[in-house]
Amino acid sequence: MRILNLLKIAFKAIVLNKMRSLLTMLGIIIGVASVIAMLAIGEGSKESIRDEISSMGSNMITIRPGDDMRGGVRQAGSAMETLTLEDFQAIKEHATFISYVSPVVNGSGQIINGSNNWPSSIYGVNPEYLNIKIVGLQSGSMFTDAEVKTAAKVAVIGQTVVENVFPDIDNPVGQMIRFNNIPFKVIGVLEEKGENTFGQDQDDVVLAPYTTVQKRILAIDHLNQIMASAVSEEDAPKAVTEVSEILRAQHNLLADQQDDFNVRSMEELISTFSSTSEMLTILLVAVAGISLFIGGIGIMNIMYVSVKERTKEIGLRMAVGGKGSDILMQFLIEAILISITGGIIGVALGIGSTIFIEKFLQWPTSIAVYSIIVSFAVCAITGIFFGWYPARKAAALDPITALRYE
Amino acid sequence: MSKDIIKIQDLKRDFKMGSEVVHALKGVSCTIQEGEFVTIMGSSGSGKSTLLNILGCLDQPTSGIYEIDGVRVKGLSRNELAKIRNEKIGFIFQSYNLLARTTALENVELPLLYNSKISTQERRKRSKEALEKVGLADRLDHTPAQLSGGQQQRVAIARSLVNNPVMILADEATGNLDTKTSYEIMSLFQELNRQGITITFVTHEPDIATFSSRTIILKDGNIIKDDKNKNVQWAAAELSKLPIED
Ligand SMILES: Nc1ncnc2c1ncn2[C@@H]1O[C@H](COP(=O)(O)OP(=O)(O)OP(=O)(O)O)[C@@H](O)[C@H]1O
Ligand SMILES: [Mg+2]
Repeated sequence: MRILNLLKIAFKAIVLNKMRSLLTMLGIIIGVASVIAMLAIGEGSKESIRDEISSMGSNMITIRPGDDMRGGVRQAGSAMETLTLEDFQAIKEHATFISYVSPVVNGSGQIINGSNNWPSSIYGVNPEYLNIKIVGLQSGSMFTDAEVKTAAKVAVIGQTVVENVFPDIDNPVGQMIRFNNIPFKVIGVLEEKGENTFGQDQDDVVLAPYTTVQKRILAIDHLNQIMASAVSEEDAPKAVTEVSEILRAQHNLLADQQDDFNVRSMEELISTFSSTSEMLTILLVAVAGISLFIGGIGIMNIMYVSVKERTKEIGLRMAVGGKGSDILMQFLIEAILISITGGIIGVALGIGSTIFIEKFLQWPTSIAVYSIIVSFAVCAITGIFFGWYPARKAAALDPITALRYE
Repeated sequence: MSKDIIKIQDLKRDFKMGSEVVHALKGVSCTIQEGEFVTIMGSSGSGKSTLLNILGCLDQPTSGIYEIDGVRVKGLSRNELAKIRNEKIGFIFQSYNLLARTTALENVELPLLYNSKISTQERRKRSKEALEKVGLADRLDHTPAQLSGGQQQRVAIARSLVNNPVMILADEATGNLDTKTSYEIMSLFQELNRQGITITFVTHEPDIATFSSRTIILKDGNIIKDDKNKNVQWAAAELSKLPIED
């Protein structure tokens, strides 16, 4: 029989049992809709985490002092003074996968301007720091290498500091502030960056030459951190290895000694986050997949009923010349049509609910095209898989037995 | 001498019922020629339906030879049997066996749907012609539920005609109908037979048998009588003799 006629017969059988067909499709509809919505939510949250981390500088590499076992006493990395200016110089000179690098010394204290004061953190850095953090200036300028060399008392401040210390002044560039009683001249204001992924206010900072912070505020020689930027996101892992090698050489570490520093790229952070949300996605999709499977069983069930109910019809079709294969195709196509129609409704419902979630719950979502294609394929396969056995049963009927069936 | 449509020789059909074997046909032989109108009679359980089902290629004999239109049926596959049913045979059932909620026209089209050589237009055309032949030209779009028993059987007859079969087989086609409608149907069969269609007809009723040209009587799976009918009645004439109901 021609495929078009088979489609017509199947279509008619479905339409004649509208309610039943719809109820049968329900499992598939819910399955497909939830697969699409779940994947969209998973994909959306993954993308938003990635975007957010990238906005912090996805090429960024952070070098901190590491745990130290010398003398048998384990000391916290932050307490160590193993990072030095020489380390910074070595990275700057020898690292090929690094585009920018800056020493970081930081301390906290009170910022005062007249009667206004505000507790904040000061970061002693070099001019390259802005490139590493990917942050621009709203007004004024960054301090120069010359100012670093002379340990000038100049500062670039973030928006939160501006708001709290200069509530009445439009442009604080040129004004004076005191940090722990050391006067600094404000020479620039940073662009607003907002909170980072960890809820930290990135605008609550004061940047000053690291030399100034080392000598005048902290009175130290070592560095708290070194921050760097890999030439590209892809090169970040190579940059990490390279920096590690340079530092091991700098620190004269033997082959069997552990690193006394920590080199981390943002890439690692992203993959940690992605893998958690990926696990969540897998879980959600598994749940959705199970409902799709149950939907398939629903189809199988109804196809069995359908074959039983229409045994006489099958007998008649065979009596007038229908071959086993014609009968098989008739029921198989009916099953596939049910599951694919369910799939189409499911896709529409999935997209609809995704838009709803995005609009009204403000969750980040991203509908993956592959999820739609895969859902369709799964629907067709479900139809074939679960429709096959009942259809085979129908096709194997003996014409007389089927005709006599009551 | 016209050609043989059906040729059976020592046809047997056994049914296994657990440990028991029912011999429904115990060695039946006969030939039916083109253009004949044969009635098969016999008491209940004598094997009439069993024989007709074998003639219609719906069932296979346990042993014996069966040839239809020169084709030996024994050993044919399910698909080949389906093809013979589709192209050579028109089957009519006591209970009409129309597809519910399907129009008369679509019901008649059914056998042609399973013949991929026939185009949609031709299928439509032939089905309409068949329905015209049985006098239902104005009922094409009616579903079985909207038709009387006699009309439903006419649709079934149209369906059996539509594939231009070499033979029509009817199993108690008038069994569910009243006398008047039965005569109408028989008159239709006689008309079709006059046009050259071979008909084999199973019935219980002796008066129905008088409309055919030959009567075969079965008893316990054997043919006990096979006579040419010398005094063929005309159903149309009998119909006019029936008392008019008010
Ligand atoms: N599928 C079957 N399984 C077992 N026995 C069967 C089967 N079909 C028919 N028989 C037996 O074969 C015998 C002939 O049955 P058949 O249906 O041919 O009778 P019939 O002459 O058509 O009777 P009726 O006039 O009542 O329709 C009966 O004894 C019946 O019980
Ligand atoms: Mg019978």
